[in-house]
Amino acid sequence: MKPKRALSNIYIALIMLFLYAPMLVMVVFSFNGTSSTGVLDGFSTKWYGELLKDSVTLQALTNTLILAVTSSLIAMVLGTAAAVGIHSMKKKWLKTSVLTVTNIPMVNPEIVTGVSMMLLFVFVGRLVGKSDVLGFPTLLIAHVTFSLPYVILSVLPKLRQTDRHLGEAAQDLGCPPVTAFFKVILPNISSGIITGLIMAFTLSLDDFIISYFVSGPKFQTLPIVIFSMTKKKVKPDMYALSTLIFLAVLLLLVLMNIMQARAEKKEKKAQSARL
Amino acid sequence: MKKTSLTAKLVNAPYIVWSILFILAPMIMVVYYALTDRDGNFTLSNLTSLSDYTETFGRSIWYAFLATVICLLLSYPLAYIMARSKVSKQRTLMMLIMLPMWMNFLIRTYSWITILNNTGILNTLFEAIGIGRVQMINTPGAVILGMVYNFLPYMVLPIYSVMSKLDQSLIEAAQDLGCNGRAVLKTVIFPQSLPGVISGITMVFVPSVSTFYISQKLGGGKFMLVGDAIEMQFQSAYNYNLGAALSLVLMLMIVVCMLIMNRFTDDAQEGAMLF
Amino acid sequence: MKKIISVVLALALCAGILALSGCGGTQTVELDTSRLVGNYDVPELRGTEINVYNWGEYVSDGSEDTLDVIQAFEDVTGIQVNYTMYDSNEDMYAKMKSGGASYDVVIPSDYMIARMIEEGMLQTIDFANVPNYSYIADDFKNLYFDPDNAYSVPYTGGMVGLIYNTTMVEGTPDSWEIMWDEAYSGQILMFNNPRDAFGIAQFLLGQSVNTTDAAQWQAAADKLIEQKPVVQSYVMDEVFDKMESGEAAIAAYYGGDYLTMADINPALAFVYPKEGTNIFVDSMCIPANANNKAAAELFINFMCEPEIALANAEYLCYLCPHTAVLEDERYTLRDNEVLYPQQEVKTEYFYNLDRDTQDLLSRLWEQVKLA
Repeated sequence: MKPKRALSNIYIALIMLFLYAPMLVMVVFSFNGTSSTGVLDGFSTKWYGELLKDSVTLQALTNTLILAVTSSLIAMVLGTAAAVGIHSMKKKWLKTSVLTVTNIPMVNPEIVTGVSMMLLFVFVGRLVGKSDVLGFPTLLIAHVTFSLPYVILSVLPKLRQTDRHLGEAAQDLGCPPVTAFFKVILPNISSGIITGLIMAFTLSLDDFIISYFVSGPKFQTLPIVIFSMTKKKVKPDMYALSTLIFLAVLLLLVLMNIMQARAEKKEKKAQSARL
Repeated sequence: MKKTSLTAKLVNAPYIVWSILFILAPMIMVVYYALTDRDGNFTLSNLTSLSDYTETFGRSIWYAFLATVICLLLSYPLAYIMARSKVSKQRTLMMLIMLPMWMNFLIRTYSWITILNNTGILNTLFEAIGIGRVQMINTPGAVILGMVYNFLPYMVLPIYSVMSKLDQSLIEAAQDLGCNGRAVLKTVIFPQSLPGVISGITMVFVPSVSTFYISQKLGGGKFMLVGDAIEMQFQSAYNYNLGAALSLVLMLMIVVCMLIMNRFTDDAQEGAMLF
Repeated sequence: MKKIISVVLALALCAGILALSGCGGTQTVELDTSRLVGNYDVPELRGTEINVYNWGEYVSDGSEDTLDVIQAFEDVTGIQVNYTMYDSNEDMYAKMKSGGASYDVVIPSDYMIARMIEEGMLQTIDFANVPNYSYIADDFKNLYFDPDNAYSVPYTGGMVGLIYNTTMVEGTPDSWEIMWDEAYSGQILMFNNPRDAFGIAQFLLGQSVNTTDAAQWQAAADKLIEQKPVVQSYVMDEVFDKMESGEAAIAAYYGGDYLTMADINPALAFVYPKEGTNIFVDSMCIPANANNKAAAELFINFMCEPEIALANAEYLCYLCPHTAVLEDERYTLRDNEVLYPQQEVKTEYFYNLDRDTQDLLSRLWEQVKLA
């Protein structure tokens, strides 16, 4: 058994090396003494300083966060409502067709989603005689649209697990439907909603391809700025930026991990106590 | 009862309107642009001129196919090892595999240039140990590597999630009945993990076949893929009609692929599989 | 509980950046506003914004102890600049044509300006608002693309040439032929835009770059396809990294950018090939659908300020059309052989092509790229 385990550990190590080699390069070169992204020469933190001076990047970072927060919140509300609606649909054909449409943004290649939305916006723009339609509103629409299916598909299973009669029972007891929803159904599906929200948020943060086609000059997100940075002379400040993002994500995931582990331990304890 | 269905309709309405406006309408725009010329007249010339792109489509499918196969070969053992590790180790490995997905894919791809360059890290290493320079960047291999690197987690995660739910007692039962390791894998583990494999294949193949950044950066713009051709029409050649025609064909091609894939699994989950 | 997580992500990002703002922080070059000639305190424009669309690496941007020109303009005028960049004239044209985005200032090259004027995409500039236009040298006025000086204010100029690494290339090449040389297979960088790439093949074939003969264009395309196996990659501004690091040996690029590269890698040399080369002028223009014309004119005037033009000329190393800069003793490139060659260089401007030739060119370019 032992050599087998060693073998599998080596395998895991190799895959991790493959996944993390570029990250390592990025972190190391962010401290490069010169402006090269190919040759290491000395150590300095000046690129972090350059980054902070770069108002374009900082503005883009703010824009990205604004967009991610608003689009994920809208997607959450719209998606939860949609999931509840879809769940209560009686006609099978209607349900299937709505679900099929919901899936389109997930299965479509991102580039097709991007260009199709751009075509729509530009077409509508021409109709109303506006020559600068692309901007925050179009980005927001696009981000909500590609996040929606993820919210819907994480809420739907939770709804299915919820007892259908719960809501009805509450209504029979004199609860108006809206109150019944908020008091009875919502607590049961809240974990699905939050999963959906987080997915929508992260998808929006990282999206480049769709944003690339539907953004305008007034509202640039971080991935778009990074794209134009990789098209010119690349300076290590881009790596400095990525290192910071890397650290933030790492911190976040470690936190999540610890919290999850704790929650599970608690549950186990509770279980054993019950026994 | 009547009240509920009315509320359901009200709850559903915004989403249905949204999906008609921003999911279906853009698709219609793609078809419309693909079938008209620059002045808006009906034409089939965009579609007929696609015959010039046979090679490009062929190349995209071939590269994406190779990338998918490599991802599968790398992921399957990894997911298997992960699923059989201790819970805490599983969680850590999951985190390590997901972390790169949160990073900007442009920068991750760009870092590979530093590694693969003729004067890059690997070649410097090769020269130091006396192997000499190996041409790696700007080759088809580099493009496929970029795809594997970027989309590997999309293969690992679904396979792992199926594997971790595998009933351990089934495996033990098979072993008790005298199955050796290979037979267990063939008769018990693989069939059960198939849904994960299928979902992994679609999740890697679709973005690989439609990517446009990887080939430009790691392939030096010499191995254009469909995504590059589409991007070119929209961002520099200003031929939306041809770009729409290319997108339309790409989209149809993927739908056909998905239909074929779905033949392999009966229990298509509600999710990425609905098409 | 997980809700906290998304907040943590946002906070961690901000915190990381704020923490670093304490340390780090290189010096910034301040603009001495007393040296400005024009008046930039226009109260009614304060708080407005303009969209400027420029080539990448085409303005002094504050990196490594240079003046951040855009920032300086924002500070002086209180106008917010949304500054975005493009790779090539064709990219810029496609973006403008899309009808999805409008810009207030763009900086296209000669032939593209002619095309945009023809298609009604530009508007005339009110030169009463651009008094600094008087600094523009006479050689840069009445050029073919804007004979009446109505639509454009010259920003820079230059010529395309051959850049090569002396440690990797034997002898001193003087012909575009070397870009087809199999001895340098995999070490050659080619333009990633149709007009410049075809231009090189056309000079080599002895054609005019403005020919309307379809057979000649086809021949040039064949020449480019023939070159493809020896090309390392098709680049625009990626050329800087690749030439500076010695990743590639030979490239065709704009003369001014060679000077920037040679600063970092002294082994690089430059030549104007004997077959001739393209000469270009890039000028500032105001698109017809600009939203803030007054601010655009203020911006153009600012770019023609002697101090600003000097900062840009030193940073970009392109040919400078500004008389005050040329007379300024702080201008270090006045006697530069690359920018102001002593010997006659055979050159040709790109002209705007007719619609059929344009379509042909973009089709052929695709064939080259997809081959």
